[in-house]
Amino acid sequence: MFVTIRLFARLREIAGAAELQRELPADATAETAWSSLAAEFGGLSEYQRTVSVAVNEEYAKFSTALRDGDEVAFLPPVSGG
Amino acid sequence: VLAERFVITSEPLEAPALEAIVGGPGCGAVATFVGRVRAQNAGRTVLWLDYEAYPPLALAAFERIAREAAERWPEASLAIAHRTGRLEIGEASVIVAAGSPHRREAFAACRYGIERVKQIAPIWKHEHFEGGDVWIEGATADPADDAAREIAVARACS
Repeated sequence: MFVTIRLFARLREIAGAAELQRELPADATAETAWSSLAAEFGGLSEYQRTVSVAVNEEYAKFSTALRDGDEVAFLPPVSGG
Repeated sequence: VLAERFVITSEPLEAPALEAIVGGPGCGAVATFVGRVRAQNAGRTVLWLDYEAYPPLALAAFERIAREAAERWPEASLAIAHRTGRLEIGEASVIVAAGSPHRREAFAACRYGIERVKQIAPIWKHEHFEGGDVWIEGATADPADDAAREIAVARACS
């Protein structure tokens, strides 16, 4: 399946892209997407413990199963206000 | 034209529009928090801030925060606006307005609102200071983290 990956703030800068299309195995979860991305962009691994994930514009768990066409957003620690 | 109750915008923020939304005729109290860009941070001289947001998720987070506040303070209502893009020193980056019949609930809901914005709104500040730039990273965003929510309640009620 194919998913759209959205990256923000420093994660976006590390990957050099705000949006990526990636192919994942049929049984992929949000964790799968993150792991493959961290393997591709080594700098992301420092966010392993602090990153949050949203699937289709809702906060999600890393165990969330993905479907073809999903939008998966990875969020570094937030600093609004 | 009535403003929206929850707003992400690159335009300057206006408190009166939000206050009008939360302050109906039954509201004897409107408490408004305005967060502004500070000239110093962590010993650095700040030049400007660039705010980045994930707008659909940020708006959903604002709605969630208002629902949480309404559960705790049923008579209070919240409106929340956050700005994106480049902001100069002194400009408003965030406004939380809370209306209620009485001041206690308005102050509490307002404080709760800004604490939760800082905890769970998918918004990031990129600080440009004399000598460099840095992404500010605060809380790991997890709306289901009840401990974080309790901290926000405790601050609201202190």
